[in-house]
Amino acid sequence: MNTETNYQVPTMADLAAKGETPEVLFWVGCAGSFDDRYKKVTIAFVKILNHVGIKFAVLGTEETCTGDPARRAGNEFLFQMQAVANIQVMDGYGIKKIVTACPHCFNTLKNEYPELGGTYEVIHHSQFLQQLINEGKVTLKGGGAFKGRRITYHDSCYLGRANKVYEAPREVLQALDADLVEMKRSRTKGLCCGAGGAQYFKEPEPGRKDINVERTEEALSTGADTIAVACPFCMTMMTDGIKNKDREDSVKVYDLAELVAQAQSL
Amino acid sequence: MAILQQILFVAALATAAWFLIRRAGLIRRAIQLGKPENRTDRPNERFSIMLRVAFGQKKMMTNLTVGLMHFVIYVGFVIVNIEVLEIVLDGILGTHRLFAPYTGAVYPFLINTFEILALGVWIVCVVFLIRRFVTKVPRFQPERHREMTRWPRTDAALILILEILLMTAFLTWNASDSVLREREVGHYGELSNVGTFVVSQFLMPLFANWSDAALVACERFTWWFHILGILFFAVYLTYSKHLHIVLAFPNTYFSDLKPKGEMKNMADITKEVQLALGIAQADPNEAPAEPGRFGARDVRDLTWKNLMDAYSCTECGRCTAACPANITGKKLSPRKIMMDTRDRLEDIQRGWQQNGPEHDDGKTLLGDYITAEEINACTTCQACVQECPVNINPLDIILQLRRYKIMEEAQAPASWNAMFSNVENNMAPWKFSPGDRFNWADQVNQ
Repeated sequence: MNTETNYQVPTMADLAAKGETPEVLFWVGCAGSFDDRYKKVTIAFVKILNHVGIKFAVLGTEETCTGDPARRAGNEFLFQMQAVANIQVMDGYGIKKIVTACPHCFNTLKNEYPELGGTYEVIHHSQFLQQLINEGKVTLKGGGAFKGRRITYHDSCYLGRANKVYEAPREVLQALDADLVEMKRSRTKGLCCGAGGAQYFKEPEPGRKDINVERTEEALSTGADTIAVACPFCMTMMTDGIKNKDREDSVKVYDLAELVAQAQSL
Repeated sequence: MAILQQILFVAALATAAWFLIRRAGLIRRAIQLGKPENRTDRPNERFSIMLRVAFGQKKMMTNLTVGLMHFVIYVGFVIVNIEVLEIVLDGILGTHRLFAPYTGAVYPFLINTFEILALGVWIVCVVFLIRRFVTKVPRFQPERHREMTRWPRTDAALILILEILLMTAFLTWNASDSVLREREVGHYGELSNVGTFVVSQFLMPLFANWSDAALVACERFTWWFHILGILFFAVYLTYSKHLHIVLAFPNTYFSDLKPKGEMKNMADITKEVQLALGIAQADPNEAPAEPGRFGARDVRDLTWKNLMDAYSCTECGRCTAACPANITGKKLSPRKIMMDTRDRLEDIQRGWQQNGPEHDDGKTLLGDYITAEEINACTTCQACVQECPVNINPLDIILQLRRYKIMEEAQAPASWNAMFSNVENNMAPWKFSPGDRFNWADQVNQ
């Protein structure tokens, strides 16, 4: 493993104090900040950012929920209060470009903030990673740890159907030289993990089955030992699904950023 | 005799037109109950979507076999109906195959094309009946989908059977007419250049032993059955899911051009939020706004496009078959959302007709037709929106109903209320201290 321990996580406030501006704001999101599992993704992504030497910053404690779950649940007031406050903070720092590892934050920042006055160039970390690979800033040597490993990619709804980002995550996985296998329902037909629309924050309505179990069964049927995700909520739902099926010993769920960081031994 | 037929024909035509215009007016009024929304920007892009999705049936082709079969019915039905022009003119003028003497060799070519298509439509309609009622394609089955009982089921069967009957009548008419022409019976013998036709020639032997009088009766009966059937069908459409053959075109033209993930902003709330946060000042000269309703409780709170969506739905159920909530047994079915919206509009119309235009039956879409349990099951995954072959958006209606439920009735599941309060007080949907938000950075170098 890498022994380097000087990864930096500058905040916008730090940089502003020095009179500097970053190339890109890394919007961490609530899950990336508080969820123990997804914090590992945040850290993996920060390591990649450090590794390629991109000048980035985070908002730190100045970041707050984008308001997405409130809006999807129907609470437009709360969403707009969050959005307008966030826009004030970001505009205060003169932010132009944002990258985030959360498709829900991505969608809201990209598509819904402009109407409220916040217009930024917003990209998802899967697109960002793809660009780094294409530009040769991240090189993933073939024949590494992933050679021959079966990986299936679970499309996040807010990345896929909502924003037509289907290929970037797949290209990242292909660069790992892994054996990428598709589920029967993928891309435009991808089945939701069950978390979207604020479902994550409540019990499911009565039914025959939980959606994440349905989706996990499909993922397991590909024979993959790794389920790749690009969303914190998909991460939790798929991980819970694997536990439900008692397969947590043989099948792992990883975010794209973790896989790329692993491949680079970061 | 001929003049009597002409009079009857014109009367039939006028009756159908009267019903059709009346229904079209009612449906138009029903759609206009919706709130305004501009869907006329970027006309070139809209036109191109209409060409690809409605004319070209692009989204039907994701399942190629079914897509092509549907395409046969679509092309067949549209093109066979060119023949209806001649039939209508014959009916009014008392002529027989009016175009034949003027079009020479083109005429048999055209009729042959119509016949091949008619046979195609006939076959596909039979296959579709088999799919629906024998091999039981799951998305059509009432055992699995409670919205597919009674009328929707009958409606689907009626449409297919009626199309089979129309095509049968058309082919039988051509066959009996060809036999009469060969026998040179009366005016039938006058069209010597027409000959027999590619499909109906195989039906002609059936009439070999028929008398001339019986053949004329058959020719007249099938001619009348075919054209009256079409007129009936045109009116029936307006009561049926089959209205999609008309509304698919405007409905795709007025598609939502925004990214699917973008929810519509509520501008009246933006104003209040900006006042609350001190970003904007209240304009003292502005009259206080009429307190509107937040979200949608009934069809009048939806937009006209939501309502056009409802009338464009042909209940194919591709949305519901892709809905994760429905797949896992929840009550939500996006198709039912659309059918309920249309049923609500039809009930309002019925009220107008029975009790005058001011009638209010006291019912509402949310509550009397759609329940909270249904809308609460939605994951907003966009699968229904993605799947719809005519770009209907059930999700937009679901989200507007949710807004009403939360903002007007304050009825959220308890854990949603907890989430709201966390977002409001802790700046995250979970109850963590906002001050701890950046603690993850301490682990970066561990």
